[in-house]
Amino acid sequence: MAMLFPDPFDTLQQFQQTLDAFRASSWLGSSPSAAGAYPPLNVFRRGEDVVVITEVPGVRKADIQVQVKGNTIRLSGSKTIDYGEAAALHRRERRAGHFDRAVTVPVEIDADAVKAECRDGVLALYLPRAERDKPKTIAIG
Amino acid sequence: MARSQELQVQEKKEVVGKEESTVPSRYFLPNTDIYETDDALTVIMEIPGVGKEDIEVKIEDDVLRVEAKINFANYDGLEPLYTEYNVGHFARSFTLSNKLDQEQVSAHVEDGVLTLALKKAKEALPRRIAIN
Repeated sequence: MAMLFPDPFDTLQQFQQTLDAFRASSWLGSSPSAAGAYPPLNVFRRGEDVVVITEVPGVRKADIQVQVKGNTIRLSGSKTIDYGEAAALHRRERRAGHFDRAVTVPVEIDADAVKAECRDGVLALYLPRAERDKPKTIAIG
Repeated sequence: MARSQELQVQEKKEVVGKEESTVPSRYFLPNTDIYETDDALTVIMEIPGVGKEDIEVKIEDDVLRVEAKINFANYDGLEPLYTEYNVGHFARSFTLSNKLDQEQVSAHVEDGVLTLALKKAKEALPRRIAIN
């Protein structure tokens, strides 16, 4: 992280506060996206590349599809919950259903080098920035 | 209309306790399903981002407490640009009835979902009475 954390115990708190602060960011803006707001995304920057992390607990790898076209990423799939032959349901907070969300990233990405990883219910997409979009360093004469 | 419904985003609820913990960090309540079958009570919790090693399930004084810690090292070098949800540890406790055999609990994790099966005590199993 660019911010310095002198106190190791503060790291967690600071990270969570930073995540909250960026909720108001309009980086992704109002882009044309397919219906729905699920799954919620967190977009990070690592150097020049963009990393999109989302939480999809209970969704199997086979049930999720990631598609990339130009600067648009589409996440679609379904989450199923199987109760078996349960006698009685005491509490139900988890939801099942299908989802389909597309977001347009405002930087140019290299669609061929996009990588996706899904582990422990967290899907991470690594979107490397297109070479032609990277800023050029200007030497000061 | 579509046959299955569209998933909605569920905002993470934060744990609000009477006492604070010594280390300041935010804990969230994992979404939980609890259902009962003839011989066991099943508790299913959604704890995305937590692996088997970071989950702690404790039963003490009839209270089941589940704590799952996120490894923040995964976020090293990542700077947030846009966020829609917060990331934090999970914790939730439930009071168990004495109908459950607290020695026999099995747990397994898959895709960020923790499933706990608590067997009912033998006295609490339903008994069928034959009619002469």
